[in-house]
Amino acid sequence: MGGAVAALTLLPLVYVVVTSASYGATEAQEFLFRDRIGELLWNTTRLLVGGVVLSAVLGVAAAWTVERTDVPGRGWWHGLMCAPLAVPAFVNGYGWVSTTQAVQSYTGAVLVVSLSYYPLVYLPTVAALRRLDPGLEEVSSSLGRGRAHTFASVVLPAISPAVLGGSLLVGLHLLAEYGALQLLNYPTLTTAILQQYGTSFTGSAATLLALVLVVFCLLLLGLELLVRGRRRRSKVGAGAARRSTPIHLGRRRPLALAPLVALVVLALGVPLTSLTRWLVRGTSATFDYATLAAAASTTLGLSVLAGLVACLAALPVAWLSVRHRSPVTTLVERSTYTASAMPGIVVGLALVTISIRAVPALYQTLPILVAGYVILFLPRAVVSVRSTLELAPPALEDVARSLGCSAPEAARRVTLPLIAPGLGAAVALVSLAVSTELTATLLLSPIGTTTLSVEFWSKASSVSYGGAAPYALALILLSIPATWLLSRVSLDGGSRT
Amino acid sequence: MSIVNALQVTGLRVGFSGTEVLRGLDLTVPDGVTAVVGSSGCGKSTLLRTIAGFHEAAEGEVRLAGELMTPATPGGRSVPPRARNIGYVPQEGALFPHLDVAANIAFGLARGRRRGAATDARVAEMLDLVELGSHLSGRYPHELSGGQQQRVALARALAPGPALVLLDEPFSSLDAGLREETGRAVVRAVRTAGAAALLVTHDQGEALSLADQVAVMAGGRFLQVGTPLGVYLEPADAAVATFLGHAALVPGVTNGGGTASSLLGPLPLKDFHDAGPLLLAIRPEQVEVSRPGDDRVDDDDPGEGVPATVVDVSFFGHDATVRVRVDGHPEILTARTPADSVPQTGDRVLLQVNGEVLAFAQDGQA
Repeated sequence: MGGAVAALTLLPLVYVVVTSASYGATEAQEFLFRDRIGELLWNTTRLLVGGVVLSAVLGVAAAWTVERTDVPGRGWWHGLMCAPLAVPAFVNGYGWVSTTQAVQSYTGAVLVVSLSYYPLVYLPTVAALRRLDPGLEEVSSSLGRGRAHTFASVVLPAISPAVLGGSLLVGLHLLAEYGALQLLNYPTLTTAILQQYGTSFTGSAATLLALVLVVFCLLLLGLELLVRGRRRRSKVGAGAARRSTPIHLGRRRPLALAPLVALVVLALGVPLTSLTRWLVRGTSATFDYATLAAAASTTLGLSVLAGLVACLAALPVAWLSVRHRSPVTTLVERSTYTASAMPGIVVGLALVTISIRAVPALYQTLPILVAGYVILFLPRAVVSVRSTLELAPPALEDVARSLGCSAPEAARRVTLPLIAPGLGAAVALVSLAVSTELTATLLLSPIGTTTLSVEFWSKASSVSYGGAAPYALALILLSIPATWLLSRVSLDGGSRT
Repeated sequence: MSIVNALQVTGLRVGFSGTEVLRGLDLTVPDGVTAVVGSSGCGKSTLLRTIAGFHEAAEGEVRLAGELMTPATPGGRSVPPRARNIGYVPQEGALFPHLDVAANIAFGLARGRRRGAATDARVAEMLDLVELGSHLSGRYPHELSGGQQQRVALARALAPGPALVLLDEPFSSLDAGLREETGRAVVRAVRTAGAAALLVTHDQGEALSLADQVAVMAGGRFLQVGTPLGVYLEPADAAVATFLGHAALVPGVTNGGGTASSLLGPLPLKDFHDAGPLLLAIRPEQVEVSRPGDDRVDDDDPGEGVPATVVDVSFFGHDATVRVRVDGHPEILTARTPADSVPQTGDRVLLQVNGEVLAFAQDGQA
């Protein structure tokens, strides 16, 4: 069971490699060694570097200010720092572009994507700072190091795995980003793949581009492994973790507050103001509420369905890795994560081609669309189901069996009640991700199926900003619960240890 | 209490993927508390889990209250855990976190008995048995202290009225003070309930103080099974002597006359041994440490005793453990001294061994 799930998730990667290998070397060379491709590579690389660096700087600085200083309203600031996650990047891009055309440049693209994705660095960094034993910093200052020196030599190395992990996520999201960059008129590999696919439909050129994109992703994963190395960053010794005393800002308070305010204005203020303006101005009497309602119900149905399927698929994988730990089961679990590094566009492209060639009856049908969602978001379900299975240790089932339960009865009376909330959370997490997914949906959705993101996209990309606004609002509302969950998880992670 | 033995294990062998963990065990638990004591990894938890039915035996028999649990014929089915009528208390208690105390205790009661007045009465009875107040019945496991959790786990195991309770290091997660108190309360409850108990522990003090019968285990075998006094005073071999009571082993030679000569001088032997080399097991409480010229030993000859040097001292308040090295020998002996005459590390002292000494024929030469 678990093996079958893992095989499904590896499908896109295998597809890209196999199809690309089937092209002749000269044919591929001719296509790949052109100026256009060089330009795309350069654009993608510098966006990657700029976006990751800016996101990391913003994320770490914000995390340190919120977690370690006595800036007023720390709880509120934490919420506000996470909030940009609730605005899908393509909605953020729409907010900026419909405000000023000036963001249609390299600087603009880096700014907009970083404002969308810096919470991916912020969240793990806050959790790491919270887990960090304040004793480390106390020892460092008792040994005569100043605060800046301590931060650089003690705190930063300790939180570096979290920062690196977050940066890797930002990088993967930037490689996969389509909507925002298309709106910002900044061509990258991903936007080129979709254009190529739209013009030729044969997908051969698109597949070669996808291979380049996959190589980028793998390079990024390898780079992160290399930098992280095999160093241990765990806390030495048990003992109760203490919370550190926040740094007293005193008269420096405005110095800490001003950047936070600026960040919130840029990341939330601009897109939300723009959205409100379009809602007020653009939603005329001609607005088609029936289409909005239809799109909303389709989105809801699709996301709940995909969430349930992903959760069911995650169960055997998580079960194997928790209850039957072995190198093979770990490999099965890890392999499901590869898809999370695959951009939605590669997964979509792979499923389109495979369905056309192997099972034409399935092309542009619901099962293929759901399969795409499951491949893309399975890791979220696996992580969630896994951690919930760990809440139900086998000793509990042993006890139940010694008290007269059969194995299925023990599962029903003990294990199921314990893991049910976690399973629910897994379904919710996947559903929320699905409800705002754009790229794979554009490629895979059956003709005539309109989801909120697809409908938003068709309006926003044809510069019908007013018509897009209600959809943008619906997408933001859908993203709020998942964002709230994530912000809580990072806080809990600290209080336990 | 009962005519049949609560537990009878005969020739039990258990292996995991080719490695034999239990190598032919025999154990009879008539009633009362039996402790299986051994260092970690000796197979004692495997024994417990095999008796509970969570592991299959490769060979041998397990009988509970006279009934055969292991397959009657090779390749046959063993009785599943749920039909064995045993209580099982794992490490850390493993209370069901989603159920409150009352529901945890009632978990093993028959379906019809899980709700209603009879259940409430049984839960109250069990809480009373493990000496917990009835106000705890609505609490959830995370709202209980470690000792309370262990008592609830025991109440849950005892509620269906098992003939045998299996306790797998139930006190190891508790801190020292709580451990002793909880241990005594648990044993009291088991005895009051009229069940037999098999307690697995690595703590020799726990085994000796709580059990009616002690089985000393090492490497998947029982070294000795007997009463606490029996295994302590008459250990079957040198390994049991060193494990129970921290005896130091010192080489000696006897000529068959009831004494042995050793680096500590001539020592009277507890049992008769034929002439030849011996291993002498000397317990800390037998070693007396005095300082040369000490006032308090002035009725003895001040020069009497074997000269030695103090290696280190662990002071416990009521007494102290002193480790000493006899001059010119590598052996280190442990001695207990009262709190008012504790020497310092590096002090020169005189050693005397009181009472008769346990001796074992040396391996390979016996």
